[in-house]
Amino acid sequence: MKTNNKEIRIGFYICHCGTNIAGVVDVDKVREFIVKKDNVVVSRNYKYMCSDPGQELIQKDIQEHRLNRIVVASCSPLLHEKTFRNTLEKAGLNPFYLQMVNVREHVAWVHSDNEKATEKAKALCNAAINRVRHNKPLEKKRVSFHQDVLIIGGGIAGIHSALTLASGGKKVYLVEKKPTIGGHMAMFDKTFPTLDCAACILTPKMSAIKENKNIILWTNSEVIKIEGYVGNFKVTIKRNPRYVREDLCIGCGQCVENCFYKEAKFPDEFNLGLSKRKPIYIPFPQAIPNSAIIDDKTCIHFKTGKCKQMCLSACERNAIDFNQKEELREIQVGAIIVATGFKTYDPIKEPEYGYGVYPNVYTSLEVERLINASGPTAGEVILRDGTKPKSIGIIHCIGSRSEKANKWCSRVCCMYSLKLAYLLKKHTHAEIYNFYIDMRTPGKMYEEFYDRLLTEGVHFIRGKVAEVTDISLVKEEEGKLILRVEDTLASVIRRIPVDMVVLSVGLEPSEDTQKLAHILNIGLSAEGFFQERHPKLAPVSTFSEGIFIAGCCQGPKDIPDTVAQAGASAAEAMAMIDAGYFEIEPITAYVLDEFCSGCKSCINICPYSAISYDESKKKVFVNETLCKGCGTCSATCPSGVMKQNLFEDEQILNEIEGLLVYE
Amino acid sequence: MKYFYYPGCSLRGMGKAYEESWLKVCQKIGLQLEEVKDWNCCGSTTYLGFDEIKSLVLVSRNLAMLEKEGGSEVITPCIACYYLFNRTNHNLRDYPQLKTETNKMLQEVGLTYSGNVKVRHPLDILVNDGWMEKISQNIEKRLERFKAVCYYGCQLLRPYCEFDNPSNPKNMDILVGLTGVDVLDYPLKTKCCGAIITSNIPEKGLELVYVLLKEAKKRNADFIVVTCPLCQFNLEFQQEKIMKIYEEDIGLPILYYTQVLGLAMGLSLKELGIRRCLTLTPEFERALI
Amino acid sequence: MAQELTTKSVLYERQLDANFANLIQSMPGGENLRRCIQCGTCSATCPFSHVMDYTPRKIIYLIREGFKEEVMSSFTPWLCASCFSCRVRCPKEIKITDLMYLIKREAIKDNHYPQKAPIVLLTKESVKMIHKNGRISESYLMGIVLLKVSFLKLLRMSGLGLKMLLTGRFTLIPEKIKSRGELKKILAFSNKKVEENSK
Repeated sequence: MKTNNKEIRIGFYICHCGTNIAGVVDVDKVREFIVKKDNVVVSRNYKYMCSDPGQELIQKDIQEHRLNRIVVASCSPLLHEKTFRNTLEKAGLNPFYLQMVNVREHVAWVHSDNEKATEKAKALCNAAINRVRHNKPLEKKRVSFHQDVLIIGGGIAGIHSALTLASGGKKVYLVEKKPTIGGHMAMFDKTFPTLDCAACILTPKMSAIKENKNIILWTNSEVIKIEGYVGNFKVTIKRNPRYVREDLCIGCGQCVENCFYKEAKFPDEFNLGLSKRKPIYIPFPQAIPNSAIIDDKTCIHFKTGKCKQMCLSACERNAIDFNQKEELREIQVGAIIVATGFKTYDPIKEPEYGYGVYPNVYTSLEVERLINASGPTAGEVILRDGTKPKSIGIIHCIGSRSEKANKWCSRVCCMYSLKLAYLLKKHTHAEIYNFYIDMRTPGKMYEEFYDRLLTEGVHFIRGKVAEVTDISLVKEEEGKLILRVEDTLASVIRRIPVDMVVLSVGLEPSEDTQKLAHILNIGLSAEGFFQERHPKLAPVSTFSEGIFIAGCCQGPKDIPDTVAQAGASAAEAMAMIDAGYFEIEPITAYVLDEFCSGCKSCINICPYSAISYDESKKKVFVNETLCKGCGTCSATCPSGVMKQNLFEDEQILNEIEGLLVYE
Repeated sequence: MKYFYYPGCSLRGMGKAYEESWLKVCQKIGLQLEEVKDWNCCGSTTYLGFDEIKSLVLVSRNLAMLEKEGGSEVITPCIACYYLFNRTNHNLRDYPQLKTETNKMLQEVGLTYSGNVKVRHPLDILVNDGWMEKISQNIEKRLERFKAVCYYGCQLLRPYCEFDNPSNPKNMDILVGLTGVDVLDYPLKTKCCGAIITSNIPEKGLELVYVLLKEAKKRNADFIVVTCPLCQFNLEFQQEKIMKIYEEDIGLPILYYTQVLGLAMGLSLKELGIRRCLTLTPEFERALI
Repeated sequence: MAQELTTKSVLYERQLDANFANLIQSMPGGENLRRCIQCGTCSATCPFSHVMDYTPRKIIYLIREGFKEEVMSSFTPWLCASCFSCRVRCPKEIKITDLMYLIKREAIKDNHYPQKAPIVLLTKESVKMIHKNGRISESYLMGIVLLKVSFLKLLRMSGLGLKMLLTGRFTLIPEKIKSRGELKKILAFSNKKVEENSK
């Protein structure tokens, strides 16, 4: 075999991996086979190549035998390609002179015929030897890292991330779709298992956001476009008009009082429609920014143009501005953290539970507002029909653990159902029934919370209610909602009449998840939550470098886990920023300029929009930082002038030849 | 368009009025039917408790025969037959070994079944195949002075119904509404009446029937409209006993939707088999004329 | 003589049938048997669960653990109204009604069912009638079943029988198809198959 002018000296190493490989493949035989091949100077087998002694073996050989190509036959490159590339680098050799052969996942772990497996290993190793002869030295590129961070979503996850990053000196853009930050946590009454008041522990953090000079808070805003790559994202944000100047408004509420509408008429979103608001309103008393907002879909001025605008005249600070327009802002950031939270399952999809049919059937989130002191009934449990309940049924697992709704367990519902049982009992002294399938209390102090609830005299019936009906069979049931359930522990069917039904709804991905995934170009898992890079080892990063996820947008979880993930994503983002640069793999495509005809076949085919057309030169060029080395363009190029580093035609063709004729 | 028609044993026995009124209504609106020649019993759910393959064979024989005649759709007014036929199609599709076995047996008499005949119910055809206009045109006598509830029962909607919403079906309400009858809201319209049990162990099923009748009476219905011969029988044959046990007057006539349509089309009580209903009262009969 | 206060005792593994679950699961309709999370929605929605000795949920559990004797002698499959509410509501899409039919068939094959129960007699008699005539004449069928249950019951239902006669819903001559021979041929073939398979 003709070698090129520089003398090729190959070192071959085959790993035993304990008995993982050596138990099936005869590693000695492979070693003996390879040593006979052209250019192979050293051929060894060793128990654990990835270990320190294993790596030192390679380094020593490189120096002693002046090796300039290395082939390692071991496990999947996904595990140790980086390790061995570093080994080469430490020994002063360009890391891209390494070629790995997978004789574990591709041979030892999938075949049982040892002889044939060994033959296959021989063929694969020979192919690698053939290929590595043609490897070229490549240099890793570095891109600089912009220091600012964008956080999408102003719930507890976004807030915690923002505060962490800001305290590390980073500038943070916190973008929130609603007019105020706080997310779902602001709507809760108390949090389990400590029964802390949710607003009391959340609002200090919300105020801290407002006070922090490093945080730019944009509420009533949405991200609409993201371009660029890790370390250099260009983001377009749409700021929807509030018609009230945030810098002037102090949240005194005079405008709301003086509004043309004497009575509130429109469903209040924060109270989930259980109370009403006016077209001009402050979302809730502790809202941040603490400023009013005008809903242009219901405000008379916007609908007819004929309002006296009493709000404007009532405002002493001249903060109302009906002329505000939608604004587009462009920012540059180095990293993005997605913390867009969840939405609750809508039980209207299951009419058997009576939601929307009977007035006294509520979702758990609605009950949070009902029992909250700043809620629609000032904390007194008064039902939609004006009565106070003497018996309440709480049904677990609505919309979860079902092929017909969502397959997953929503993780927090058992705990919040216990919490609501406790709070409702305290507020109403009613007879409370919890209907569950399994009681899931995994967190710190959670089982102890369950133990406490058991002593409160709440009925715990193991069995899922099949339907809520008002058709009575006996006198006691008249005028009530009847729950028919199998009490699986007592093995008997029970009919339980209650005044109020609480549906413990599960958590789902929020509405904008699909749209955002598209804008960010990150993946979704089968359930529709954002896809993490690895479920165990990389829960807050995604497959797009520089974009992190935190909180319930990654999967249902409670507040402690959300805050932990928020801190983790802030830390990982900070690590990238503080390193100052980001290394990209040089397996990018490149164009042989002189021969490019400018046909542009490659441009549309690139999934990462990494190829552009130069009008002046009438040729295409590749943006190496966007290119992910998928190879589609080089396969598409009709003239064969689009090449890919580390996957040149020469290299691949020789590898194939080495596979087909290996003896 | 001509449809193949499978009456089933019930329509020749207890459900005679159903077939009578159905055929008369079809005649009026011009819906042509061809009865499957020499059809055999589908086995109903009772045969399912005996042998799976034989049950599939019983149904497949009928489907194979009509396929041989060039048919691709069959109407089954009886909903037990509707369930059995659909079940056969699904099982032959989902379990290839069952299909092979079934066809092996049919081969004994030179028949084979592809599994592709579509099974339709009149409530599907009349509403979805564009017969509503024809029906409206033929309505001579609007029944506005009557109030009724429509009771669908089980096997039409579960598990194979694709032509209507199984939790909140509307087709029968729509059809009966065309006649001018005030169709009332009826939350129990998809609840089981316990027919299979009540016919054999009457004591256990009484309560279910009582609840259904009571709720209809509470809403001031004059009669209950049904689509299943078993439901029709079950809801009426114990009304006296129920009234005695619960000491409430909840007796109501139980009519088929085809009978209601026929009445509005001006057909006579005899043609529609109205007097076959066991709980017909003289006042009600008078009101119908 | 010491009186037996209780007849209960420990249940040992050898008393259970380890293969029962696999058997049921392998038949068409029994596929999702093991996915049951014992939520009880099926029992809660079943119109007759309150009179059953074992509820549908319990039956599934008993099959899974191999309580063959209990399942086969349970009255539950015979009380199933075939309304399919359980199957439609089951969060794991278990075909519960089909399971009930599976058990009924196994029970009849094993000769293991409540002998005088009307519903069982109904099954047997309707099978006989279909095999003989190709069709069922309902009034005849009801009469035969009631006769076999108890003569007294038949008498009590005679009032109803008369009403049916007067309204023309009582079949006087049993319905028969022309191709009775053809039907017998097909069913006899399958009888052969059943025998071959059970050998």
